Amino acid sequence: MFVLDTITHRLKAGCATMTYPDGPAPALPDRHGGALRVDGAKCAEGCTACVSVCPTEAIAREAGKPVALDLGRCLFCGECVAACPSKAIIQTRDHRLAVRRREDLVLGAPGQEELRLGAALDAQMKKLLGRSLRLRQVSAGGCGACEADINVLGTIGWDLGRFGIQYVASPRHADGLLITGPVTKAMELALKKTWDAVPGPKIAIAVGACAISGGPFVGHAETCQGADSVVPIDLYIPGCPPHPITILDGLLRIIGRLEGKPAGDAPAGKVTAG
Amino acid sequence: MNAAETLAPIANATSIPWTEVPEWPVVDFVRVVADALAHNGRLCSWFGIAEPATGPALSGVEGAGAIRLVAVVAFDAENTLAVGRSTPFSEKKYPALTLLSHQAHLFEREVWEQYGVEPEGHPWLKPVRRTAGNAPANGEFFRVDGGEIHEVAVGPVHAGVIEPGHFRFQCAGEEVIHLEIALGYQHRGIEEALAGGPHRATMAQMETASGDTTIGHSTAYATILEALAGTEAPLRAQWLRAIALELERLACHTGDLGALAGDVAFLPTASACGKIRGDFLNLTALLCGNRFGRGLVRPGGCRHDLEPERAKTMLARLETHLADAEQAATWLWDAASVRARFENVGCVFPQQAAEVGLVGPAARASGLVRDVRYDHPAGWHRFAQAPVAVWSGGDVLARARVRWLEIQRSGQFLREQIATPPEGGIRDELAPAAPDTLAVALVEGWRGEVCHVALTDADGRFRRYKGTDPSFHNWTGLALALRNQAISDFPINNKSFNLSYCGFDL
Repeated sequence: MFVLDTITHRLKAGCATMTYPDGPAPALPDRHGGALRVDGAKCAEGCTACVSVCPTEAIAREAGKPVALDLGRCLFCGECVAACPSKAIIQTRDHRLAVRRREDLVLGAPGQEELRLGAALDAQMKKLLGRSLRLRQVSAGGCGACEADINVLGTIGWDLGRFGIQYVASPRHADGLLITGPVTKAMELALKKTWDAVPGPKIAIAVGACAISGGPFVGHAETCQGADSVVPIDLYIPGCPPHPITILDGLLRIIGRLEGKPAGDAPAGKVTAG
Repeated sequence: MNAAETLAPIANATSIPWTEVPEWPVVDFVRVVADALAHNGRLCSWFGIAEPATGPALSGVEGAGAIRLVAVVAFDAENTLAVGRSTPFSEKKYPALTLLSHQAHLFEREVWEQYGVEPEGHPWLKPVRRTAGNAPANGEFFRVDGGEIHEVAVGPVHAGVIEPGHFRFQCAGEEVIHLEIALGYQHRGIEEALAGGPHRATMAQMETASGDTTIGHSTAYATILEALAGTEAPLRAQWLRAIALELERLACHTGDLGALAGDVAFLPTASACGKIRGDFLNLTALLCGNRFGRGLVRPGGCRHDLEPERAKTMLARLETHLADAEQAATWLWDAASVRARFENVGCVFPQQAAEVGLVGPAARASGLVRDVRYDHPAGWHRFAQAPVAVWSGGDVLARARVRWLEIQRSGQFLREQIATPPEGGIRDELAPAAPDTLAVALVEGWRGEVCHVALTDADGRFRRYKGTDPSFHNWTGLALALRNQAISDFPINNKSFNLSYCGFDL
């Protein structure tokens, strides 16, 4: 009997939604690594071991200057961490990665070893949005992975709806855009039209290395090297793709729903969500 | 000139010196390939190569010089592949293969787009993904005329969280008479960038060629480099790749069942599968840290191992998730309201599926027994295989049923394989690629056949690299499925194929 069966199952299974952000965040997989910390002061004189292993040329080192790692281009593959002889680049296991300004993603200089996490929108914008955020997602050359982990936030384990955040079908119903992909030349016009169709005031969020910088496709003539070449971006969420908890952290961060919440991650393996 | 009458046989995941690939003048070459396709052949790949080697590989319509055409044909029943090529020709046209075999229709449009060489007689010659300004050069759409006819245009930006593409429906009332699918919005220039490669970003580009098929494409790419080096990855790395490939299949198939349930408003399965899909993705993350398998496969092996303790955790979690999936699927099949919505909707008949060369679950749901893991085993699949999952009917129900069969069989495969690991290392240093050599790698990704073909130059760099996502074969299947269907059934038809836009556009 389907009806009885589902009801029994629901009773047995209980609530599948995580307690975050009131409780701990689900732990990142142990091999994920999370955000990077780059301490340029530790770099050996003339060492460029990390520069040559980076697949997206996210790391640069000019002579006499500390190393500069752009997390906006980073795919979090960990090759630089393994290559660094002086442990100047380390993984922090922190899932929080979202920043408000593009330059806040560049790590390495003194005082800029770690990400400068994004602050909430200003009071006026928050007041306008009220307790909700309606987003229109635009994939502009996205490979489907960022899109999948944006989608997963709508499932029962994460339940984005409880925060008043919703993906809407039309830009005219939206408070802003959630953009993925490097913005292919073929999507440039469509993205611009979609942005123009969102009534102001509005925000734009770039999810993933592609949307922030072009990611693996940086330098390709077929792409626009990221979304901020077409639309002004209010929040950058790095990753390839960012883990769902990283995306959720970014969305909650910008609408100020994380203020006064515990920041720590759960101990490894304690909390899971699909 | 080579006087051979047949294409040269080649096994999956191996290479052949370029000079040993038989060649014919293009008119004869088209005839030879058509003959192979008429005798149980299936067209895996068809592409152009610029001559001489020093010329630009993909120089667009203007200024392109002489080219050769290359064909890779699979004889699934005989478990062999075959390759052949035309001699260089600089005439801007040749007699279309499409007229003799419809499997070639998109491949020939692509060659025309990339090299300006016209397949004469092609019935619907227009760009595949070329852009004009900042939108694809779609050209004229096929139109049905009549007083009752109306046209529906959808996309590129869709209502859901999904990749961009354009659909043009010709409808009489609710009934779809014809659907034309126009892609190209996702073109990121992957193939162009491969010329002269491999480059530093190549591995990352392969992993994102189609984001939900990271293991499929990265395994095919790594296999190509290993074949060109005349070696193969360590056995334990092949085992790891096979495990990751099935985890990818489990996640995507489960997600598809949930999405299909959601589209017919059957929420228990939709809700459950949304979560279980993520659970399977987390198993891939347990292996390599990334939910989509990025950073796992590398030329020469794998970067992460599945140690005994980790394998134990994976098996335990796998059992839980498979049990959850079984519960969710049972609800779906038991609901008469679901069956009524899936049955006899979006039928693709076996003859049609064979005619256009469908691959993967879409082909198997039309009764075609084709599966690279079984037909052309390479890597770990030479030692262990799951039975091919076939269902007849060709409708949405059959495509859903094939997915469920594959979930069960992948689950069983994983149980057996995770418990019996081979010993040894997981990564070897790779020798340089052989010069002037052609390599072919097929992998059965969760959507079907991922085909990579590479030709090296005199220095062992890529002179031409051709990747074909299963979506390239299967979008035509979706268009066929929609014929005479209600336009309101487009979502479930679309989900039942769930094709990749970026894998097509590259």
